[in-house]
Amino acid sequence: MAEFRLPSNSIVGPGKHFPAPEGATNTRTVKVYRYDPDSGKNPRIDSYDVDMDSCGPMVLDAIIKIKNEMDSTLTFRRSCREGICGSCAMNIDGGNTLACTMAIADIEGDITIYPLPHQPIIKDLVSDLTNFYAQYASVEPWLKSDSPAPPDRERLQTPEDREKLDGAYECILCACCSTSCPSYWWNSDRFLGPAALLASYRWLADTRDDATGDRLDDLEDPFKLYRCHTIMNCAQVCPKGLSPAKAIAETKKMLVQRRG
Amino acid sequence: MAWNDKRPMSPHLQIYKLPITAYVSIGNRVAGVINSTAMVLLVLVIASAAASGTDSSTILWLVNSWFGKLVLFGFTFTLYFHMCNGIRHLFWDVGMGFELETANKTAKVSIGIAVALTIITWIIASAS
Repeated sequence: MAEFRLPSNSIVGPGKHFPAPEGATNTRTVKVYRYDPDSGKNPRIDSYDVDMDSCGPMVLDAIIKIKNEMDSTLTFRRSCREGICGSCAMNIDGGNTLACTMAIADIEGDITIYPLPHQPIIKDLVSDLTNFYAQYASVEPWLKSDSPAPPDRERLQTPEDREKLDGAYECILCACCSTSCPSYWWNSDRFLGPAALLASYRWLADTRDDATGDRLDDLEDPFKLYRCHTIMNCAQVCPKGLSPAKAIAETKKMLVQRRG
Repeated sequence: MAWNDKRPMSPHLQIYKLPITAYVSIGNRVAGVINSTAMVLLVLVIASAAASGTDSSTILWLVNSWFGKLVLFGFTFTLYFHMCNGIRHLFWDVGMGFELETANKTAKVSIGIAVALTIITWIIASAS
């Protein structure tokens, strides 16, 4: 049964306020979820008045500025700052997205930042994605072929066959989709979630892969695949514009079609 | 899923701004539960009418009261809403209608059509 409330150790309390430096006239308030594992206290919301005249345009710019100039204890993941590494995935203004591609100007009012939803929190905005990665590994996301690779070249595909992978291979594993999915919130121990199922479909759709039957066998389970109820949160938040919901529907179709 | 972790769980429903597709999805499930329950009530009404053969039974009096009509009106809506979303699911089952724009539009359309059909049904019912 789904537990809709937060456990008692997870209730978020009020935190500290960091005012803008003197002389700042153009400020925005950034409210950030904070959790310090060493304090033994519950998470809190700290707020920072950021001087926008000396801040870059993206939410990631704002939190890097906070860490550099206002509060060095703020902890988050980031790397490429251009939407390809997937490190800075977080919940901004109520939706999951990448901090580096989310413009501050697109947010009205205060900027609220939480970690990816319904995850164990290591510190501040850093969640433990062990289960997410294990689910990705469980779909065995690599080519399985019965025939040996040609010794002198790649395994070739027709352009039409290659097109079947469009929309399935571009995933950067940021976890925005899976952690936006209510089905994943309530069943992440058994439901694989949109990201792993999209990765699975990427190999089901690959004409060079010979393990389609085994892959489908593995998904024919009440929970792994069929907890998807087409809520569509995954497609709504994907920073790469992909549709795990569609990939899941195609997988369900393959299961029906092979029954004949 | 039980939370067997000493670390906090990050907020989810408490902070998430759900899109229209999510509201319609949970609404469809709630409508399904209401429909199942309401079917039992409807059978009760029909059985009671058949048994008494008159309009004077307590249950028929209840159905004809303003409260009974309100319940029936709500039931008419949940029936149509569930039907419209059932049709959306049929399209999804064959792999159609997954584009975000389409899915958002059909979510709104399913509400609109359900409201329209409910009103039309009641206009016809009260005219006859």
